[in-house]
Amino acid sequence: MSEQSLKQDIGTEYALELRGVTKQFGALNALTDITMSIRPGERRAVLGSNGAGKTTLFNCITGDFPPTSGSVMFFGEDVTAFPAHERIRRGLRRTYQISLLFDGLTVRDNVYLACRGVSRGRFSMRRANGDDALMHAAENLIDIVHLDDVREATVSDLSYGQQRQLEIALALAGAPRLVLLDEPAAGLSPSERKDLVSILGRLPTHMGYVIIEHDMDVALRVADRVTMMHNGKIFKDGAPEEIENDPEVQALYLGGGHD
Amino acid sequence: MAQSETVSATDATKARKSELGRKLATVPANVWFVAIILLLVPTFTGDFVQYQVFGWSFVLGLISLSLMFLAGYGGMVSLVQMTVAAVAGYCVAIFGTSGVAEISMGWPWYLSVIAAILIATLFCVATGALAVRTEGIYTIMITLAIASAFFYFTRQNYTIFNGFTGFNGVLPPHLFGIDWRSPTAFYYLSLFWAAAGYFAVVYVSRTPFGLALQGVRDNPRRMAALGYSVNAHRIAAYAFAGVLAAVGGILLTWSNGQISPGTAAVGPVIDILVIAVIGGINTPIGPFIGALIYVVLRTYALDFLVALNLSGERFKLLVGLGFLIIVYWSPDGVCGLWNKFAPKLRLKRKENASTEGKTDV
Repeated sequence: MSEQSLKQDIGTEYALELRGVTKQFGALNALTDITMSIRPGERRAVLGSNGAGKTTLFNCITGDFPPTSGSVMFFGEDVTAFPAHERIRRGLRRTYQISLLFDGLTVRDNVYLACRGVSRGRFSMRRANGDDALMHAAENLIDIVHLDDVREATVSDLSYGQQRQLEIALALAGAPRLVLLDEPAAGLSPSERKDLVSILGRLPTHMGYVIIEHDMDVALRVADRVTMMHNGKIFKDGAPEEIENDPEVQALYLGGGHD
Repeated sequence: MAQSETVSATDATKARKSELGRKLATVPANVWFVAIILLLVPTFTGDFVQYQVFGWSFVLGLISLSLMFLAGYGGMVSLVQMTVAAVAGYCVAIFGTSGVAEISMGWPWYLSVIAAILIATLFCVATGALAVRTEGIYTIMITLAIASAFFYFTRQNYTIFNGFTGFNGVLPPHLFGIDWRSPTAFYYLSLFWAAAGYFAVVYVSRTPFGLALQGVRDNPRRMAALGYSVNAHRIAAYAFAGVLAAVGGILLTWSNGQISPGTAAVGPVIDILVIAVIGGINTPIGPFIGALIYVVLRTYALDFLVALNLSGERFKLLVGLGFLIIVYWSPDGVCGLWNKFAPKLRLKRKENASTEGKTDV
């Protein structure tokens, strides 16, 4: 017991810990006093209607913009003041709800850039050749997300579903410890969704992720724990079955979710 | 004889040779064509064309190339590149020898050249460090502000920059017994550095650094989310561009034999942007094409206007008109026009060939 509280004090028990994170845009409270923690290797789904603050939460965690108040701890280290790239180098990754890819580059170059970003030699003035270790890592990632048929294709020529898969590949580069997935299933066909679920299921167990997902079926299948957000606050938190059967959650989801 | 040579060669050198051969074979025919023409230009042109047209074009093209690198690959329109060139020019004059013996320190040429490149690059990095926090029009404004500040400072400061008159008699060294300011020698000197700058930019654009810079241009937010420090990458781009501009600035000073505040006045500073835009700001060859057009207009527009009984001072009108026409037809400059029409021409040629084939049958 005392050992556990000591662990909590130095914060190593959690991969990610948010303490009273608040984000205001002018007079709008996008996030109000969010406190949550995620253990290493945990798979967490974040549910909530549009405008519930899910993506804003991700932006505060990755440092795309800083929270108005509160703190963000990543593996026991306070990263609240860190720029985004410093957090990424510590093992945090994210995907974007609307794909942010390099449209003019090939699939391989996109993934290669991602691998290079979290390793040394970001400023290297030597061209990569075929036996570059990072090039191998990139090829590997392309296989993991099932894009091996289109590795030479330019991103703008990919289908929407393939672009979503590439988003995930970029977030898996290097040695991620926690990946934030912002609606990876949005706009995918049923078969593509199945593919996504299998990709997520095959990730190594030490790699935790937080997934924002509208589709309850996908969310409940890929997560150990579910957090329900509403109006910038945490509304419910629990095991998938608990949340699924919770009458208040059902009312929110089925009843339109208005106050 | 060639056979006996390859037989006697070790495997390693053979492999290296074949690799080199393969690389050379990938160089497109039109690059060879342009290279050979440029090497032969002094055989059929006079001193004036070699020195005043081509030499000047190579030098301005090199300075403009540094802007192309920042703008085309980094998305940063910096108006400070001519100023960086002038800093290098002033350094060569101050550290080396010039007609102003009270100020010039008389270092050997190689020391003053190294110092000039270092200081100009540092100046470019310092400007970059200020400018990378801004985007778009604000980058243009802040770099233009620094450029004008430098111009007025050099014009008013007499202890270091010798004020309005600047430095005359800043000459290249007589190396290997060659006067590098003689037209043909300067032609090859400037051609060499222009080509070196061009190939360096082409090479760097495909290295991890160059790829990441283009990533920063297209999508800075995603680059940060991949672990790249966006600002550090932009500043490093300024450093690379600074070296290009510094080399160009030294050559410019040697070719003019002098450096003064007017070298980097607001007019010339903007001319560098005009040159890059005329030629095409998205490809490394663009600035050189732009520089050649600019220099030809500047050199011959005067005679042309006088022949029309107009005042020769209005040559800038022609430069401006040329700029408007090119930008109106192709925002990507002459290179953009080429990309637009070359495929059509090729298609036509193919069609002609195929119809000819048919008539033959």
